Amino acid sequence: MSIVLFLAPFSVALGALGLAAFWWTLNNAQYEDPRGDAERILSDDPVSDRPFEDAPAQPQSPEA
Amino acid sequence: MAAIDLHRPDLSAFLRRDDKGGPSLALLVKGARCGGCIAKIERSIGALSDVASARMNLTSGKLTVAFKGEADPTRVLSTVEALGYTATPYDVGAAAAAHQREGRRLSLALGVAGFGVMNAMMFSVPVWAGLSGQELGPATRNLMLWFSAIVATPCALFAGMPFFESAWRSLRVGKANMDVPISIGVILTLAISFVETALKGRDAYFDAAVSLVFLLLIGRWLDHQLRARARSAAEDLLAMQAPAATLLQGGAERRVPLDQVAVGDRLIVRPGERIPVDGVVRAGASELDNSLLTGETAPVAIAPGAACRAGALNLGGVLELEAVAVSEDSAVAAIARLVEAGAQSKSRYVRLADKAASLYVPVVHAASALTFAFGVLAGLGPREAILRAVAVLIITCPCALGLAVPAVQIAASARLFRRGVLVKSGAALERLAEVDHVVFDKTGVLTEGRPRLLGAPAAVVAAAAPLARASAHPLARALAAEAGPGPLADAVVEHAGQGVEGVIDGRRARLGRAAFVGVPGADVSETELWFGFDGEAKIRLRFSDALRSDASEAVAALKARGLSVEVLSGDVRGPVERAAAGAGIEAWRAGLSPADKAAAIDALRAQGRHPLMVGDGLNDAPALAKAHAAMAPGTALDASQNAADLVFSGERLQSVVEAIDIARAARRRALENLGFSAVYNVVAGGAAMAGLCNPLVAAIAMSGSSLIVTLNALRMRRSAA
Repeated sequence: MSIVLFLAPFSVALGALGLAAFWWTLNNAQYEDPRGDAERILSDDPVSDRPFEDAPAQPQSPEA
Repeated sequence: MAAIDLHRPDLSAFLRRDDKGGPSLALLVKGARCGGCIAKIERSIGALSDVASARMNLTSGKLTVAFKGEADPTRVLSTVEALGYTATPYDVGAAAAAHQREGRRLSLALGVAGFGVMNAMMFSVPVWAGLSGQELGPATRNLMLWFSAIVATPCALFAGMPFFESAWRSLRVGKANMDVPISIGVILTLAISFVETALKGRDAYFDAAVSLVFLLLIGRWLDHQLRARARSAAEDLLAMQAPAATLLQGGAERRVPLDQVAVGDRLIVRPGERIPVDGVVRAGASELDNSLLTGETAPVAIAPGAACRAGALNLGGVLELEAVAVSEDSAVAAIARLVEAGAQSKSRYVRLADKAASLYVPVVHAASALTFAFGVLAGLGPREAILRAVAVLIITCPCALGLAVPAVQIAASARLFRRGVLVKSGAALERLAEVDHVVFDKTGVLTEGRPRLLGAPAAVVAAAAPLARASAHPLARALAAEAGPGPLADAVVEHAGQGVEGVIDGRRARLGRAAFVGVPGADVSETELWFGFDGEAKIRLRFSDALRSDASEAVAALKARGLSVEVLSGDVRGPVERAAAGAGIEAWRAGLSPADKAAAIDALRAQGRHPLMVGDGLNDAPALAKAHAAMAPGTALDASQNAADLVFSGERLQSVVEAIDIARAARRRALENLGFSAVYNVVAGGAAMAGLCNPLVAAIAMSGSSLIVTLNALRMRRSAA
């Protein structure tokens, strides 16, 4: 029976891990542009794939 | 006189400081639809020398550009337009940011509540098994309940904060909204469950408390999503109506916010810009498009000494104005005040769910109190009596009630959105369903709102097109649209209020008013242009504002649904009569001022009618705000789209009919859901009063009723109206 004392908190901790992951996505602009993100993943071009806030300065592209 | 393609508005008033302190610009880009668009836009803008980074959001269509050093927003705009998209500056308001924070908070609360429900249920299942006499000793059951308490209590308290805060706010002003019984229910349930667990009893409802919060949050979140869409519509609107004016001071031009303009200031208004405040022309000549102010289709020629009103569009030359009124006193501001008054009267509308709640709260609380009183009288003992009273509160939970209406409305607005109709709020759908009279504006609603060339030989159109393409005048634009893309004339000079002159294939040609082109003695008409090469015969081109192609079908469909139809227009008698007859509408009134239109709506409402106003101009805005429900086409002016409840895009007037059908179907679904909730609450509440409720029954009844209500709402997505 004492195994319950270990398993129960463990499973709650696993759930909490999922909740923490959700909290992280919420605070990292993961839901700002679902359509754009779906397209970006297919693009071979080095389009900035990070949220705007911490995107690095764009290197000059060759044709410009 | 002014060169045509230099009419770039000054965008410096739209520059904002971003988080890092550098200047940034937000643009609303129309036409970007795929991954290729993102790459194209971001690469081209990112390559500009003064741009630090560019980020295109495909979902909202917003492009955020951060600059380094000197910012040149105009170059960004022209680069986007050169790629083939239309872009307008966009102002990120503080209200929108607060709304977004609220959305994130609701999402997090929903996540926490979901976590709480799932994990509390893990401990509930053994307890439920114990209820039917399986092997689960009292000690183990009590351990499970404590686990459940540790998980569910913090989750319910955290996720319930939106309800507790709203309940507290309403209690402080001496009112009780729906969140008051919810908060009492959740807190009381948790407290009683703790006592029961400490006393080693069986009736602990930790899982019920947290699932109550979870299910209610779903409804709250859906409602928020609906409003988020409305908000973005309102944001789109800020668009080109730049909240800035060009001030002429000591020979130099300066962009200033509108509220800094004083009476007597000299202002410059370029072609394509709107008149910022009421004023008198001091220099320059042009034509003004008053269609959004008054509904008049024909442009009005103005010269020095003429008065012009804020909101009118300058079509021809550069104007120098002397301001005669400050921004708050302008004609537009007077309209804005009418709109505000209308919006206030609308906010007093009581929504379906609130009507249901006002019945629900006293009934359930009385039932709960009666259960306790009868329990004590019947000799059950205070503990059992309190447990039964709380069971009534829990099992008649307003989950189904809280989901009944938002679930239907989000499904209905998703369906309308696919058909190009944007719903700004759930209340708008409810009001639209009650409409029994439809009032149309003429210009831009029954008609397309822009002139169209009336049958001219293709050869003539092609010959005149190079000149027409170089002009910003609406008639010339219509001609250019008819001809399609092609070459531009050389050495083009636009004579304000007269026409354009230029060289086509080495020959000098003119396009414009009869006298300007060289046809002396011809009638001056606002709806025709003359064209001719130097020394050759002159040709007349006639234009008219055409009815929307499905106007008469839409009107017939509205009449078939038992709605009466009327036209209220600010235009003169002739065109209104023709448009009404063409659309098959018998009742029409012409020459109305914005206040007249609003008064007409008021009169209808005083008769107990529920009018739907469909309008696009600034002159319609007060009527839109006052009407029971209001729709505006996507081409309407910002203020009108803001005042309207629904905005429809595309050329079809049938959208109005579809929106009414779907709103009525949504109302039927919502009433079905409310009826089901009522039946459920009577049955479940009665069972709880009789003491037949235990934690397992509560869990099944609560989630079961919410599920049924949601499934019924989802039928809205497909079912025919």
